[in-house]
Amino acid sequence: MQSIADALGLAAKLVLSGDPDLFEIVLLSLQVSLTATVIACLVGFPVGALVAISRFRGRNAVLIVMNALMGLPPVVVGLLVYLHLSRSGPLGFLGLLYTPTAMIIAQIILIAPIIAALSQQVIEDLHSEYSEQFRSLCLTRVQTVQALLWDARYSLLTVGLAGFGRAVAEVGAVIIVGGNIDHLTRVMTTAIALETSKGDLALALALGIVLLVIALGVNAAVHSVRMTAARQAYV
Amino acid sequence: MAMTTASDAVDAQKMPILPLAVRDLVLRFGDVTVLDGLCLDLGASGCTVVMGPNGSGKSLLLKLLHGLMQPTAGQILWDRHGAADVTARQALVFQKPVLLRRSVAANVDFVLKVRGKDRARRNALLDHVGLAHKADQPARLLSGGEAQRLALARALATDPEVMFLDEPTASLDPASVLAIEQIVSEARDSGVRIIFVTHDMGQARRMADDVVFLHRGCVAEHSPASKFFPEPRCDAARDYLNGRIVV
Repeated sequence: MQSIADALGLAAKLVLSGDPDLFEIVLLSLQVSLTATVIACLVGFPVGALVAISRFRGRNAVLIVMNALMGLPPVVVGLLVYLHLSRSGPLGFLGLLYTPTAMIIAQIILIAPIIAALSQQVIEDLHSEYSEQFRSLCLTRVQTVQALLWDARYSLLTVGLAGFGRAVAEVGAVIIVGGNIDHLTRVMTTAIALETSKGDLALALALGIVLLVIALGVNAAVHSVRMTAARQAYV
Repeated sequence: MAMTTASDAVDAQKMPILPLAVRDLVLRFGDVTVLDGLCLDLGASGCTVVMGPNGSGKSLLLKLLHGLMQPTAGQILWDRHGAADVTARQALVFQKPVLLRRSVAANVDFVLKVRGKDRARRNALLDHVGLAHKADQPARLLSGGEAQRLALARALATDPEVMFLDEPTASLDPASVLAIEQIVSEARDSGVRIIFVTHDMGQARRMADDVVFLHRGCVAEHSPASKFFPEPRCDAARDYLNGRIVV
């Protein structure tokens, strides 16, 4: 067992030396989580916008379900995806289990409800401001959704960021459907869990540092975009 | 039995929507009656100024005429069309302009695009309202007067037959008021029917061809401007014009 100081020193060495194993894991993590976030945004934004502008019987029930799905337990999602993708499952013929695609699917299921629910709140606020103007212009539902999504784009960046944060930090679902296979499905969170259990704190800490830097970097970038947009009154 | 054909529908679209006849219009919110059997006839051209104390239902009347709200009872007859059918042929300029979170030019582009108009008109429209030099600026950083002029440009971009204006110059400085009145007057002169809500007596005198005075949810008086201002017929209008508090 290493001391924390030793582990930190080794971690810094790994990061600074550009250790190929470390960066392979980081790259795969980013590929999986960014892909999942983009797809979840493509689904979640329009769904959130549609629910925001629609008034129908059962809308409150839909909102409750959407909000409840934000708290989906990752291991349960992982288990459900596993059951569907396993050889005896309905989608077993696709051969996706223990692949990055399976991890992307699990992350999409986890974060799409978060993105839909948060974007619904953002769009609903904007719609209450634009509603009469849009009705005066006789906009169709599709035109309304398109216009609201575009005008809320900077706020929705933050929503997307929340989804990415959840995806990249997620471990329960991806370890079940990905299997944490070296050079294939090992991502930062699963590697941290594995290396910690093995007592190899250096790699675990190095990955932790990269994870924190990525989180800080993405947050800083989005914050900077939002600040610029706010200065131009686009938020 | 006569059958409605596609060409009949097209002809109906082309038919003028004026004159306007409002019959026994009632608007209630729960137990509160805002408009109480309002009747009104408006001709095909000119500028009608709607006046009256706060709460008399002026803004709600505009929204009803524009089809943004449904009355509790009564009829709004735009020539042979129902109110809901004519919204696309009208424009409403709100007291507080709702500007998109885009540039000035993109605000006009948006309206031209969604209404299927020629987008090449954008520069001419901005030039017309004196905002061509601000085309690339964020719309929401415009001053109050500029924002209202942009709202007017967007309204004019729809080529409306009727333009409703709900206190468009409230809280604006005299130069902005003058600029907006000029744009509205030019629109009226080009054949757009103007229905204009204002509390500003001077503005009403400058703009009105006829005046509708609302009081307690009804039309208390509807007279040509040349008669309304020197000799109002109803007591409420007389008190209002004389600066007395009318409730």
